[in-house]
Amino acid sequence: MASVTLEKLNKTFGSTHIIKDVDLRVGNGEFVVFVGPSGCGKSTLLRLIAGLESISDGELRIADDVVNDLPPRERGVGMVFQSYALYPHMTVYENMAFGLKLAKMANETVDERVMATARILQLEELLHRKPKELSGGQRQRVAMGRAMAREPRILLFDEPLSNLDASLRVQMRNEIARLHHRLGSTMIYVTHDQVEAMTLADKIVVLRDGRIEQVGSPQTLYQQPATRFVAGFIGSPTMNFMPAELLGGNEEGCRVQAPGLGELSLPQDASGQGPGAELSLGVRPEHLRLAEAEGDNRFEIVNVEYLGNEVYVYLEPREGDTLLIHRSEAPSDWQVGQDVALRVDVEHTHLFDASDRALAIATQRHAA
Amino acid sequence: MNQYQLTKLAKRVGFYALIAVVMVYAIFPFYYAVITSLKPSSDLFRVDFWLSTVDFGNYVQIFTQKSFVRAILNSIIVSLSVVFIALLLGITASYALGRVRFRGRTTVMLVILGVSMFPQVAVLSGLFEVIRGLGLYNNPAGLILSYTIFTLPFTVWVLTTFMKQLPMELEEAAIMDGATPWVTITKVFLPLMWPAMATTGLLAFIAAWNEFLFALTFTLTDDQRTVPVAIALISGGSQHELPWGPIMAASVTVTVPLVILVMIFQRRIVSGLTAGAVKG
Repeated sequence: MASVTLEKLNKTFGSTHIIKDVDLRVGNGEFVVFVGPSGCGKSTLLRLIAGLESISDGELRIADDVVNDLPPRERGVGMVFQSYALYPHMTVYENMAFGLKLAKMANETVDERVMATARILQLEELLHRKPKELSGGQRQRVAMGRAMAREPRILLFDEPLSNLDASLRVQMRNEIARLHHRLGSTMIYVTHDQVEAMTLADKIVVLRDGRIEQVGSPQTLYQQPATRFVAGFIGSPTMNFMPAELLGGNEEGCRVQAPGLGELSLPQDASGQGPGAELSLGVRPEHLRLAEAEGDNRFEIVNVEYLGNEVYVYLEPREGDTLLIHRSEAPSDWQVGQDVALRVDVEHTHLFDASDRALAIATQRHAA
Repeated sequence: MNQYQLTKLAKRVGFYALIAVVMVYAIFPFYYAVITSLKPSSDLFRVDFWLSTVDFGNYVQIFTQKSFVRAILNSIIVSLSVVFIALLLGITASYALGRVRFRGRTTVMLVILGVSMFPQVAVLSGLFEVIRGLGLYNNPAGLILSYTIFTLPFTVWVLTTFMKQLPMELEEAAIMDGATPWVTITKVFLPLMWPAMATTGLLAFIAAWNEFLFALTFTLTDDQRTVPVAIALISGGSQHELPWGPIMAASVTVTVPLVILVMIFQRRIVSGLTAGAVKG
């Protein structure tokens, strides 16, 4: 167990700049998830920490040791790969013991460690099988066991669940979470799946184009996204965005005009923006409400998805083609083709400026 | 029997007839060599497709010749050494060429391929000077050296193709486990490369075992010769007599081990040769 500190970390491959000035601190025993679209640099960042890629610039510390130039085995990190990468010719036991034997441990210690790890991961029955005789979930557990057996200070996971089918993925996700509760070790986990990030993380790091977009707890990211990108990335179905024109405002709140919705009084502090500024209004699907159509507030229902416990209603405004999604508890009576009016929970809206930064909620709450 | 069944039968018969032709074409020379070797020398020139009497006289004759036994021993030493050296260098080279990113990797691969395109005769005189310069003339070590030169390109190419197919994450897992490149090669890659190694090893063995031109040129005395040369130099009682019996007995003796080896490894040879071509 140890903390990890990244200071102005940079990685370039030739002329491509993959990781740009990343600063991050992973606390002792924390479960941190790197999330972002493909190509955002999340796997590269993990490999920099593992020592599989060399750091171009900046400093990486594990506990208080600078480990920039240490090989992986001396950093005290264990890694679980996406394809598991088990040694096909070795049994489960040998797979887990391989690293321990290379570390020149006494046979009894090796045996003790492997058996202890196998007990935690319920692999005792499988110790003498080869990887090809195991199911996907079992291989996954062996891969974790191999990483854990050396008792690393930090456990790294590189999209470990993406090779599993949906139901197994949920099950393994749960197992990893419980493993973290039980062991309390520092874990860093890479995924492109925001659901995995939300369910597993103590702290989510959203990456975009090699930069950190926002760091925070799942709740913070969901409720107070710092940028439009984070707002759109976290949450499913994704947040609705509509253009909005600032009519006026001060430190206590603002008024905006959104097409179809008319004039809205919002709690954001828009004092930094001039009247007439083009903003973007973000509303999560569950914070929209539908009512009988009236006047200009008129949206057409283009599709209704029934999921059992909830219903997604897809809406299109009279003008423009921004598809909006509304989420509500099932059952619902809304029909495709119907015209409806939209109401917005102004308390739960988000406003983004022209550079996609979120406007802060006014400290003194505006009376809605 | 209707039309359909008839054509089916005809096709079947044709198919097996074709197989029979191929079989005879491929196997008959070897079969006739076996027959000839088991005939007494008096029957040698009577054309006979079946064996009426079995006579081991020819075998007794060649195995009582000290120089022939010595030649077999030389061949074994040379061939096994070539296989061992070629595989050792091939595996390590294929790791570098297949796994390590460095400038000029493709160039190195092409140069290696280019070397294998020279006909033996073209390099014979140059190589002769090299071997004499190294003091390896009339020494099995000279043969080992020259055979390895011609075996390595093939070995390196096949093993490199195979090595490239092994997943990158496997190597990274080994690195995370604290393995050095040498440990990765020997403990992780080697066990996975047996099919490719069996293929290349066997082909290297066959090439070294059957090689004639270098063996003839680079050796002088009977006790340094390998089997192909020894067979060619088996002489009869007079210069007008070619001793077919002993020659055939010797040929059969040196071919049988190869046939057995190929039969044992045939599955692996096929899987090893196609390994580079089609993704499993």
